[in-house]
Amino acid sequence: MPSLLISTRKGLFVASPSDSASGSGFKLERGHFVGDNLSLAMVDPRDGAWYAALDHGHFGVKLHRSDDRGTTWTEIAVPTYPKQPEGEVQKNFFGLELKWTTQLIWSLAPALDKAGALWCGTIPGGLFRSEDRGATWQLVESLWFHPDRTKWGGGGRDHAGIHSILVDPRDPKTVAIAISTGGVWRTKDAGATWTNTAGGMRAEYVPPELVNDGNSQDVHCLVQCAATPTTFWVQHHNGIFKSTDDMASWTELEKEQTGAPSHFGFPVAVDPKDPDTAWFVPAIKDEKRIPAEGRLVVTRTRDGGKTFETLSKGLPSSFAYDLVYRHGLALSPDGALAFGSTTGNVFASTDRGDSWSLVSNYLPPVYAVTFAP
Amino acid sequence: MATVVFTQNLRRHVECPTETVDGATVRAVLDVVFTANPRLRGYVLDDQGTLRHHMMVFIDGEPVSDRRNLSDPVRATSEVYVMQALSGGC
Repeated sequence: MPSLLISTRKGLFVASPSDSASGSGFKLERGHFVGDNLSLAMVDPRDGAWYAALDHGHFGVKLHRSDDRGTTWTEIAVPTYPKQPEGEVQKNFFGLELKWTTQLIWSLAPALDKAGALWCGTIPGGLFRSEDRGATWQLVESLWFHPDRTKWGGGGRDHAGIHSILVDPRDPKTVAIAISTGGVWRTKDAGATWTNTAGGMRAEYVPPELVNDGNSQDVHCLVQCAATPTTFWVQHHNGIFKSTDDMASWTELEKEQTGAPSHFGFPVAVDPKDPDTAWFVPAIKDEKRIPAEGRLVVTRTRDGGKTFETLSKGLPSSFAYDLVYRHGLALSPDGALAFGSTTGNVFASTDRGDSWSLVSNYLPPVYAVTFAP
Repeated sequence: MATVVFTQNLRRHVECPTETVDGATVRAVLDVVFTANPRLRGYVLDDQGTLRHHMMVFIDGEPVSDRRNLSDPVRATSEVYVMQALSGGC
């Protein structure tokens, strides 16, 4: 069983495997950067390095790396934007002034086409690449200067952000990203050119002319099945979408037919071996963003989204107002599941979600969880 | 030479002792400090070189008025304080 890295509003916490028969299988062991806003952690499976993104607020966004599983940390470079054209006020699609400055590191992924290379997605919408484990970063200008970027807007924040980066298992130069709000985009040449691949999605929060515009799609989370990489799942602002034809098209799941309590939520996880099995954490859409009837549940489909099971064993069944953010649900290579919530609860499952055990219920608000081999 | 003092809260993240440096503007004074201590720059200024949204700079007790270009004049006897704004906390 791998360790669990829990990124929270007040630090990075590590839960290690525990052999206690009665427990969750994890034991909180150590905190890093305690007191600081830890927005995201990433483990590079190639060299085992841990990356931690911090948002110091006053002092800006920072990035640290550990090459010894958290024993020591080194501050590395943070992606920064080039000089903004002089005298030109830029605005996003919703008319808000857009300053070229990194506001949040929202996604990190190994760039598997080259040893030591990394991808980093930010708010306000820039994708960056490092060739040297984060010592330096370069803005991916082909995407930043794409004319469609002017059609992107903020999701939960003022400006658009890249929150999902998927390196394709078929070809490491093929990378899909998802943007809130800017749809899904893919490169097949390691970032030289980009195509919007959100065709078939539907946005119900824009005027009729924009409903099917690929740039209007508020994708909350994008995942790809490793064994069947032509299958992608999306948790979208107004529903769940699935593609089984390598993103040539997307199909919306009909909520009325699936039996799920809601199709609103943020995270999605797909079984790496089975493209028809996926997990979600639903919430009442979208102004309230709390579990339906105060009952925290996970939903799972095992038939490609035709039907959903509601999984609640071990989860609070009343007065629970946990929201799970888009990076707050993780699936380990050996099949363990874990999620963390805004209430600071972390739950884990070793039976594919049939039952859940509490890892901790007194952590700070959880932004992200990820497994560390 | 002007004296430049950084908030204690910043010292938790990066070394930034009080320094005395030459310079006729806030930009000039801070550039001297950041040239010697490059990591400190990103904690005070954003990607565009403007003062971070929730940071404050005072010259002899007065907040600077030009947060973008940092052109406020600094005298040889000035004390420049780089502080956190109360906004942006939690």
